[in-house]
Amino acid sequence: MLVNQFLILAAILFAIGVYGVVARRNAVLVLMSIELILNAVNLNLVAFAMRNGSADGHTFALYVIAVAAAEVGVGLGLVLLIFRNRRTIALDELSEMKG
Amino acid sequence: MVAQNIGFGIIALMMVVGALRVVTTTNVVHAALWLVVVLSGGAAQYVLLGAEFIAITQVLVYVGAVMVLFLFGIMLTRTRIGREGGLNNPHWKWGIPVALLTLAATVLTLVSSFGGEKLPEDAAPISTQAVSDQIFGPYLLPFWALSFVLLAAVIGAIVLARKD
Repeated sequence: MLVNQFLILAAILFAIGVYGVVARRNAVLVLMSIELILNAVNLNLVAFAMRNGSADGHTFALYVIAVAAAEVGVGLGLVLLIFRNRRTIALDELSEMKG
Repeated sequence: MVAQNIGFGIIALMMVVGALRVVTTTNVVHAALWLVVVLSGGAAQYVLLGAEFIAITQVLVYVGAVMVLFLFGIMLTRTRIGREGGLNNPHWKWGIPVALLTLAATVLTLVSSFGGEKLPEDAAPISTQAVSDQIFGPYLLPFWALSFVLLAAVIGAIVLARKD
């Protein structure tokens, strides 16, 4: 197995996630795209851990998983709050902070 | 080695197709279910890379817990389940060049840096014990910080979602 096959797979997933963050309008779908990006990063970390034969990459991958879980919890809490106040979660309609 | 490469190819194809469906489907629930495919494929890749503990954590945390959160989020923020329009921005096409540029830059860098470098074939798998030695040894401070992040997230989510 090449190192690059894992890294390029992660790059493809990352790019798809970036497209999702830019293109999607529904806040829940944007959060899902962020999950794709975080997974791509985790794949990189584990691939490099195997390449270097060290456990550091695994440790960081576990930390990333925990932070992602926290992020989804808070993110969906925010989305629910916005939905309760505005009856919509379309991101382009939330323009109160526009200068 | 050949069998591993075939397995990698199948799982990678599944993950890419799933990820594309997540960002293109017009049904939010289907997006969540395709995300399950991608995350499970990620767990399989971790097994291929000799990281069993990460794979199991991925299944427990992502496929188990985060997915339930997403489905609850979808359930609570919409009035009907099914196809719906308006899931994309009016300017969603700008996302395609952005993603392609990101991909091109990353792949060019990777190919020039790691060309045909192979993963070590006879490497001993990294044991869970080694990972825990790392977490409770040199990386103890980040672990504490992470505990506070999770505590803050729990309290923050309760405060945000509470009816008052």
